[in-house]
Amino acid sequence: MLSLLKTFWYVFLHLFRKRETIQYPEEKVPLPPRYRGRIILSRDPDGGERCVACYLCAVVCPVACIALQATEDESGRRYPEFFRINFSRCIFCGFCEEACPTYAIQLTPDLQMSEYRRPNLVYEKEDLLISGPGKYPDYNFYRVAGLKIAGKDKGQAEQEQPPVDLRSLLP
Amino acid sequence: MTEPARSIAILIGVLLVALTISAFLIWLERRLLALWQDRYGPNRTGPFGLLQVLADMIKIFTKEDWIPPFADKPVFVLAPTIIMVTVLLSFAVIPFTSVIQVVNLNIGLLFFLGMSSLGVYSVVLGGWSSNNKYSLLASLRAAAQMLSYEVFMGLSLMGVVLIAGSFDLRQIVLAQRHLWFCIPELFGLVIFLIAGIAETRRLPFDLPEAESELVAGFHAEYSGMKFGMFFVGEYLGITLISAMIVTLFFGGWLGPGLPPIVWFLLKTFCFICFFILLRASLPRPRFDQLMGYGWKVLLPLSLLNLLITGAVALALHPSKG
Repeated sequence: MLSLLKTFWYVFLHLFRKRETIQYPEEKVPLPPRYRGRIILSRDPDGGERCVACYLCAVVCPVACIALQATEDESGRRYPEFFRINFSRCIFCGFCEEACPTYAIQLTPDLQMSEYRRPNLVYEKEDLLISGPGKYPDYNFYRVAGLKIAGKDKGQAEQEQPPVDLRSLLP
Repeated sequence: MTEPARSIAILIGVLLVALTISAFLIWLERRLLALWQDRYGPNRTGPFGLLQVLADMIKIFTKEDWIPPFADKPVFVLAPTIIMVTVLLSFAVIPFTSVIQVVNLNIGLLFFLGMSSLGVYSVVLGGWSSNNKYSLLASLRAAAQMLSYEVFMGLSLMGVVLIAGSFDLRQIVLAQRHLWFCIPELFGLVIFLIAGIAETRRLPFDLPEAESELVAGFHAEYSGMKFGMFFVGEYLGITLISAMIVTLFFGGWLGPGLPPIVWFLLKTFCFICFFILLRASLPRPRFDQLMGYGWKVLLPLSLLNLLITGAVALALHPSKG
């Protein structure tokens, strides 16, 4: 009987505790930077598109919500002609971010993307592309890769040895 | 005001207040339960979420009022009305103040006990006519539980009747002018409280609608306003039992300073909150524990209480005996 009264008292004291509820539209949960939310396409520090349209994200996507078409500009850089993510299918698993060899596709801590009409959830490249480098501010794929593009020849990338002349290796 | 007009005004007033209070109890219960579980509860619709009641009402009125094809139709429709009628009839004898009372029966207490016994029919018929195994099990439980708790509910009140010397609820309140009966009749109060919780089928004694075992119990097949009536009936029951506790043990409208009706409503409100606190803090017992507790503990205790009260009353006032 006494334990019952004690129970009542302790439950009653909860009246003065701090609330667990976060009253959503006014207060928001602090999301960590690595939260898997809305997907973006980032640019390298020089302002060029990071995406090289390798299709790895589209292949790894378990719900096949990414569609893109590769093309190449006159300087030899590959880029997607279109890049489309259907967010009504996306499960925000983050596999695309893991698969991406150039840190182009990234997940951001933003989850407020509800729409009244389903077609509005299909994001095109201009919706996805942001102006900055996202989570990797210094990374520039073409500066570290050995690929030859206009304005950067073989051997000119960071920490890259000049190409070996095979014919000079004669004994 | 003439006498009939006054009675009708009181009648309608009591009816409206009782129904409004029971409707707002839905909000109050959700809000208090939430507060005791470190949440906020419904606080969006209107000030403090008070309009939640209105939203719930609109929802429940526009729900399809469906009667299952396998149900016993007339009984199915009748069952939810019984609980409303019996509980509302019990409100007739409660003296809210010395002047506000619908009827002043000299056997008011017996009338209340009788009406609360009739309330069992609602649950039993509802479960029976649903033609559903779970509902039937629930109504069997309800019948057994309410019959056994009815016994000492009556017995626990006899101590009060002995001291006050009347079944008239107004006389009982007036007899508490010097000392509220919660002090000399503490055991009676505790037993009546437990029996009252069982009568209203509230947690921890909500075995007739134990969700984890019996889906929704006796009202599993009910929908729309018929379900709403069971619900409002339950909340009316809480209000009624709280009002009865106040009337019988806590001096009814008596109290210093404030107007009598405010005292009555304030005390009743405290007990309603206590009922909700019970729900927030206690687990549900097993059915055999419930029955064993009733017959083996509470019945002997209430008889003992009656015996001692009688002996003391006889010793103090031998002339009455």
